[in-house]
Amino acid sequence: MNFYRNEMKQTLLEVQKLSATFTDHAGSLRVLDKLSFEVMKGDFLCVLGPSGSGKSTLLRILAGLVRSNSGTVTIKQRALHGPQPGIGLVFQDANLMPWRTVLENIALPLEVRNHTNGTLTRAKRLVELVGLQGFEHALPHDLSGGMAQRVAIARALVQDPDVLLMDEPFGSLDAITRERMGEELLRIWEMDHKTVILVTHDISEAIYLADRVLVLSARPASLKLDLKIQLPRPRRPSVRYTREFGKLAARLRAAIEAENHL
Amino acid sequence: MKKENKRSRRSLAWALVPISLVIGILLWTALVNLGGLPAFILPPPALVWGRFQQALADGSLVRHVWVTLQEVVLGLFLGVLAASALGYLLAKSRRLERALAPYVVASQSVPIVAIAPLLVIWFGPGLFSKVLISALIVFFPVLINTVVGLHSVPHDLRDLMRSLRAGRWQTFRLLELPSSMPVFLGGLRIGATLSVIGAVVGEFVGADRGLGFLINVGRGEYDTALVFVAVFTLIAMALALYGLVVWLETRLLWWQHKPRETNLVGD
Repeated sequence: MNFYRNEMKQTLLEVQKLSATFTDHAGSLRVLDKLSFEVMKGDFLCVLGPSGSGKSTLLRILAGLVRSNSGTVTIKQRALHGPQPGIGLVFQDANLMPWRTVLENIALPLEVRNHTNGTLTRAKRLVELVGLQGFEHALPHDLSGGMAQRVAIARALVQDPDVLLMDEPFGSLDAITRERMGEELLRIWEMDHKTVILVTHDISEAIYLADRVLVLSARPASLKLDLKIQLPRPRRPSVRYTREFGKLAARLRAAIEAENHL
Repeated sequence: MKKENKRSRRSLAWALVPISLVIGILLWTALVNLGGLPAFILPPPALVWGRFQQALADGSLVRHVWVTLQEVVLGLFLGVLAASALGYLLAKSRRLERALAPYVVASQSVPIVAIAPLLVIWFGPGLFSKVLISALIVFFPVLINTVVGLHSVPHDLRDLMRSLRAGRWQTFRLLELPSSMPVFLGGLRIGATLSVIGAVVGEFVGADRGLGFLINVGRGEYDTALVFVAVFTLIAMALALYGLVVWLETRLLWWQHKPRETNLVGD
């Protein structure tokens, strides 16, 4: 089943020989080194790497927020220059506007794009999708961390992007909320199989969520391992305790440990 | 239960204001009587009250208040307008900020009393020079708070707006304005009280009307009670303006959690 779906997939995003160097008064720092990979439409891709590797930088380049020094990124066969409407971004912190209600925060992307028709209906649909009915008019400081991050996911999805980019989206949550948010994310993802690129340093989170896990080497980051996760979907939390899961975790851990010089 | 407790404590806090006022007036009266001070040095509260009623009755107080109020309001308006506009530009351009920083700091380090005579020479003893002096003294704190407020806009939210391809105006309206509002209003509070000082300084230097002028008249005629009347009126004016800004804050910053503890910042 999974295999069959893969056959029909097409490339959505292509990264070729991407390099990035940051320069400041202290000198220059090479963050990405000729990184190449491609992402199929509908894939759930997790990018795993030791802390301080260029994971977040990679994501910021894909979001069009940072320029790379060389190499190309193409989305739907078009070269990426700066931010694009087809990209939804989820930050490590929920990053909500504290003066806007849940509904208004979710509707923000539509407001920026001057959508007037159906903005409210669409925002309300997303409130339901992330399970926040009853909290439409709550302010961010009345929400728990997990709820706030749901709002952030809804906001990223509201303009129906081609790709959802997530930068350690559950990194600031406690372990239990974190696992629950992972299940929640999969539940949402199962509905329309949107292409997701999620950066994390949590091995088990990566295996649980992804179709494919990329392991980045330590800085400057290049591709260290590209691992297909063939666990059946839809995934249940109990999959974490299977032998297969354990084997995958061991392989990923080995790949990361080899890079961790700390 | 807990809420009621809080409310009764709050009403007790409010009762403290008149109580402390009454004690202050009693101490003042006692000082005059026990010290045997003549009225032109320290008039007793009753005399000041009488002088207040007299000035109110003959219309002179209202006339002077109106003049000063115009200077203060116009000065505050002009100062805030100029400071927030320049503040926005400075916050947007590091280069401009660096280029103008010496002037901005210099404008603050020159005592306003020292340049007030110049402004009166240049622009005459009328309304405009007072408005200008008031605007000048308002300018600096509002400018600084505008810049600090805009710099305090979270980077991630800026990135979000950028990823949504928001334009300059959208970014200002949807993000920068609401996000910098708390800090900006802090500057406005300071500016509001300073605007009164600016107007009075201007009137001291050269004017034939206004509360500052009234103080000068009272001093010249040894009508110390009149000086007190003018001073208290100025205090009332500054308090009213300050209260207005605090009220504005509660309207504009309704979304903020505010566990504010000091009575100086209002509830």
